[in-house]
Amino acid sequence: MKDVALTDHLGRPRVVVTGMGLMTALGMTLAESWAGLRAGRSGVRDITRFDTTGMRTRFGACVDLPGDLPGRPLPAGERVAALGTLAFDEALAQAGLSGPIPGPLCLGMPPIEIEWPARAALRAGAEGPDGAAMVLAGARHPELVAGGELFSPAVALARRYRTRGIPQAVTTACASGGTAIQLACEALRRGEAQVALAGGAEASMTPETLIRFALLHALSNRNDAPAAASRPFSLTRDGFVMGDGAGALVLETMEHALARGATVLGEILGVGERADTFHRTRSSPDAVPVAGVMQDAIADSGLPPEVFGYINAHGTSTPENDKTEALAIHMVFGEVAPPTSSTKSMIGHTLSAAGAIEAVICLLALRDQMLPPTINQDDTDPALGLDVIPNQARAVRGVKAALSNSFGFGGQNVCVAVGVGL
Amino acid sequence: MTVAITGLGLVSCLGEGREVHSAWPNAPVLDETGFAPFPIHPLPPLKLEEHIPRREFRQMEGWQRLGTYAAGLAIADAGAKELVAGMDLMVAAGGGERDTALDAAILAEIQDIPPAEREAWLNKRLGEGLRPTLFLAQLSNLLAGSISILHGVAGSSRTFLGEEAAGAEALRVAHARVASGTSRLMLVGAAWIAGRWDNLLTYAPWLHQGSWAPTARREKLVPGSGAAFLVLEPLAAALERGARPVALLEDVRTDMGDAAGRDARLAALSDSPATLSAAPFGGPGEARAVADATGHLMEAAFPMAVALAALSGQESVVTGFGHRHGEFAARVKGLPA
Repeated sequence: MKDVALTDHLGRPRVVVTGMGLMTALGMTLAESWAGLRAGRSGVRDITRFDTTGMRTRFGACVDLPGDLPGRPLPAGERVAALGTLAFDEALAQAGLSGPIPGPLCLGMPPIEIEWPARAALRAGAEGPDGAAMVLAGARHPELVAGGELFSPAVALARRYRTRGIPQAVTTACASGGTAIQLACEALRRGEAQVALAGGAEASMTPETLIRFALLHALSNRNDAPAAASRPFSLTRDGFVMGDGAGALVLETMEHALARGATVLGEILGVGERADTFHRTRSSPDAVPVAGVMQDAIADSGLPPEVFGYINAHGTSTPENDKTEALAIHMVFGEVAPPTSSTKSMIGHTLSAAGAIEAVICLLALRDQMLPPTINQDDTDPALGLDVIPNQARAVRGVKAALSNSFGFGGQNVCVAVGVGL
Repeated sequence: MTVAITGLGLVSCLGEGREVHSAWPNAPVLDETGFAPFPIHPLPPLKLEEHIPRREFRQMEGWQRLGTYAAGLAIADAGAKELVAGMDLMVAAGGGERDTALDAAILAEIQDIPPAEREAWLNKRLGEGLRPTLFLAQLSNLLAGSISILHGVAGSSRTFLGEEAAGAEALRVAHARVASGTSRLMLVGAAWIAGRWDNLLTYAPWLHQGSWAPTARREKLVPGSGAAFLVLEPLAAALERGARPVALLEDVRTDMGDAAGRDARLAALSDSPATLSAAPFGGPGEARAVADATGHLMEAAFPMAVALAALSGQESVVTGFGHRHGEFAARVKGLPA
């Protein structure tokens, strides 16, 4: 056996991946999801778990669960916990680990609120129309306000896996999954633990959130052709498509993984992160902060840019994101950028989970030497100048590192650099 | 690396700034009528409009405005206005804030809608009634986003969700990053507004009702409006740039587990008895209960307690626990003014 370096170019413990879990609109397991992504299938369809009458957008990349009853879908918090459980169970099984996990849980998740059915029930039980009556009703019926306790999903997962300390329930909007990986990675590099759980779970697809995103003109409204709606980098892209899902990774120091004989599936090579001070919902159009996080991730990895042979783009399919991101990619890589796909074309934008899901997808692409496509490419925007791996997955050889971009509403940008076989 | 606290941005019912938070109040500052039967510690008068441009003001509600304001106080207090481009940010947040007038109007009307028609009715009502920009007031990470936009803070930005534990964990990670040399300048903190029914609703089962009682003698919490932001940096870097450290943040530890083990975990987190407590209720022993002075500030409770310890000029052990989850302890070494 050849000598394996235990530390990276800066003398930090190498952070490796020993387990992965994936839950997307294309499948309830990693294998099913990855098969769908390789096949270029769309998981986007009409929403059926609640009534979408009158909504501007009536479709999404849905993961309906057994707990979703007709007319009574799971509240968002319970969906986060359920999706997270499925993904982390899968990741831990692959890693051959079970609780107690002597390290942190870092979970990207959405803010959740008391939902309308519970709100209406509180109001019905209140002895008057004012705020005091509502809060008194809440004091009498804790179960009706529980949906707003946004720490609960992370606590449920922390208890299930008996992770150490306080779970880090992270929200940096659409960058949350990337931030969670970063926080776990940093804890391992600081030597706080030898193993950590990192991931993201998303369940924002509720009536009110769908309406709010539509009001911001952020969503595609191709209600007549949902499967064609998420079309990143195309000329006719008109907004993102919301998606449910979860991604999970078991991270360990190389030393810990080797010592226990675990199979090393890949490595977190580096992370870059910068806040954008430009605007709440838009990236700076000069693309400097976005290019900056990619440069920072590459620098953190200690590898030259040409080693990165694939980019999993943020690629939301909004007119503005895709343009800014393409500009940033060219700023970092020059005229000829690495093949770049947006898997959101198939599984939608899973918001808080996207960074984790897409890091897993990058690792699978490197493992199988198979780059997943961007689908719905019958009118790729030539001005972007990107090889978007249109419509069909592409076999490659010798690609050992990839970048996963995530940019959040509120200007929180993260890029995760991953590698396999380095 | 030794971690110094070089700036504090504090707002509570006591007022704003270091001075009013350096002395213990003689009597609690309360609003016992505005949100009766729930006593709260109210927000002091603040000239937020003078510090937040009007176009930004409209995109926030009270919590984001307060947090952004307090973060600005901390940056100014640290003399770090020129350093924000490389400043890292950690925020602890609960849920954002809602359009309470719209919620109330919908709830009044929805009672008359037959259950089978409610979903479609609500879709229409929300689609017509919601103000698009206010969505941003609702997103928990947008306090951090607002701080970046208003104050130019452009390093890393991370928001931890959830209750008191998120505030303590944010402070722990912030301290660890500065101590390990991966952050040169860190802004960490939280804000909470008690004087809003939507904020109180989530905590309804945990709110003390009736006349005020001191923390040690009650079983539920009396919330307060307030914010606490701290600027942390390596002591050597602070001295090099001519900043005057308020205190040293020597250690932050956190833990979580089942309710029965709370006292044992708290005892294990600190080597000596607490001098200040961020407890929401229950006896903090010999320690002073910060909630008696500021009200319980939820995500901001532990950062506020650590800030008060920093201002005490003494060696302090600060402990706290969440009303549901988490235990925390910090060692703070005050420096002579």
